[in-house]
Amino acid sequence: MADPTELSLLEAASALRAGQLSSLELTDAVLSRIDALDGRLHAFLHLTPDNARRQAEAADHRLAAWRKQGGDPPPWICGIPAGVKDVLCVAGIPTTAGSRILEGFQPPYTATSVDRLLQAGMVVVGKTNTDEFAMGSSTENSAYGVTHNPWRLDRVPGGSSGGSAAAVAAGMVPLALGTDTGGSIRQPAAFCGVTGLKTSYGRVSRYGLIAYASSLDTVGALARSAADLVPAFESMAGHDPLDSTTVSEPVPSVGLNGRALKGVRIGVPQEYFIEGIQPAVEQCVRRAIEVFWSLGATVVDLQLPHTDLALPVYYLLAPSEASANLARFDGVRYGPRRRAATLMEEYLETRGALFGPEVKRRIMLGTYALSAGYYEAYYGQAQKVRTLIKQDFDQAFEQVDLIACPVTPTTAFPIGGHGDDPLSMYLEDVFTLPANLAGVPGIAFPVGFDDEGLPVGMQLNAPHLGEAALLQAAHAFQSVTSWHKERPDL
Amino acid sequence: MPLTLEEVRHIAKLARLRLSPDEEQRYQEQLSDILDYAARLQSVDTGHIAPTASVLQLDAPLADDEPRPCLPPEALLANAPEADRGMFKVPPILDGAG
Repeated sequence: MADPTELSLLEAASALRAGQLSSLELTDAVLSRIDALDGRLHAFLHLTPDNARRQAEAADHRLAAWRKQGGDPPPWICGIPAGVKDVLCVAGIPTTAGSRILEGFQPPYTATSVDRLLQAGMVVVGKTNTDEFAMGSSTENSAYGVTHNPWRLDRVPGGSSGGSAAAVAAGMVPLALGTDTGGSIRQPAAFCGVTGLKTSYGRVSRYGLIAYASSLDTVGALARSAADLVPAFESMAGHDPLDSTTVSEPVPSVGLNGRALKGVRIGVPQEYFIEGIQPAVEQCVRRAIEVFWSLGATVVDLQLPHTDLALPVYYLLAPSEASANLARFDGVRYGPRRRAATLMEEYLETRGALFGPEVKRRIMLGTYALSAGYYEAYYGQAQKVRTLIKQDFDQAFEQVDLIACPVTPTTAFPIGGHGDDPLSMYLEDVFTLPANLAGVPGIAFPVGFDDEGLPVGMQLNAPHLGEAALLQAAHAFQSVTSWHKERPDL
Repeated sequence: MPLTLEEVRHIAKLARLRLSPDEEQRYQEQLSDILDYAARLQSVDTGHIAPTASVLQLDAPLADDEPRPCLPPEALLANAPEADRGMFKVPPILDGAG
């Protein structure tokens, strides 16, 4: 067989079932490709080759037993190597959240999302780079160095799941897990030309996810196509007694057929085609919308009137939640500790020295927004405007089944391009934040390239728990286009 | 500039962050910029709007009152910078400023 790292997840899964390829061969090929490329890309923070080979052998035994004895086949994910974003705990494997304050931390337990995939037979090859505590849009905020975009090494891969996106784009792994609090799966997927699914709030357990903003955090995945994401979504979604915010609704089986778009109503929000959007992004997205129309979808204009308020709402609510969530990092129970004479001094020194600039900025912002005298004006008002943004989506989904829009105003920006200007970096998230505030799912997938050869992504949103519709629509698009098959020259 | 240097120092103390003078000044400017930007929310009429804390209608389910296995103390102490006799160890808190 040719290089198995060139196979899509589903092609590899079929070869594994047929016995034409073993998980160990695939895993070894993946580890070799990572070894060859990651010196230039820095998509991974930790590699776990020995664990991975053990898991691959176990998957091979399971597949062999099924071929011999029949019965229900193992899940499609069985034997597939994947990267896991370094904010998801995996027992015994270093988990740092891209932060010095968790250097050396080895979680004693595994996140439910990862655990379910491991039970299904997935192979974890390592932990992928992320902005510190998932706070960022470029991976430049990782304490362990930036990840490079496989399409152009001087560009960011996006963030915060930039390591996962780069790893998939470079063909290092067919699948990587990510998290999305304000766009952290969709934006890097767009910048790296891969397909990324942000699940509905409450669809996938957050147990074992190092919390950033608990009312917005979601777990999802990135792969080369929507079809490749289906096995991961089906295995990890669903109620978890360890996360009381997971919903009890059953996870649908995502049937994929290329003709799923007859009668599907797609709305295009006018507020997302703003001044300042890169012309190539608008052109590619509008052309992609025409493809959906040619597949039988009805396309209508739509209004989401409070869109421009999503950014200030998000940058008050998320830092507020973060300031509470990150209070636990105090040098007492895990991570390094800066010694001092008193406990208070130790807190101040440890947190001051080991959190990076963006994390400190958001903790400060959140602490201020929640502090006495300002709570109602900032946090309280932001929660009310969040209601208006959610109502925009509720009303939109009375008229349409899906919303189609750009993922980002521009293609991947240069490393260092935003300098020390946090507000200009925050504006990168303007098209992805609303879905998190409304709790709805989103999928990002490639729809073309700009004149510098950088991928352009587009986003679809569906009503809460509408992941199947997103995967079906993106798959229908990918059945008649080939943007998702383009590969960077590495 | 909405934030004074004094306020920045006060917030840093509440957040348990030791900042250098350089950081204090930078955060004063950057946080002021962000709060200026966020001020546009003040003009939105939300008099009759309920706040959204979660998009889910959470019903705070009760867990079954049954003993379950849990992680052993050694596993939970394994990451501690300092532990002693099954406990996390910290400097004195009663006589210090902590």
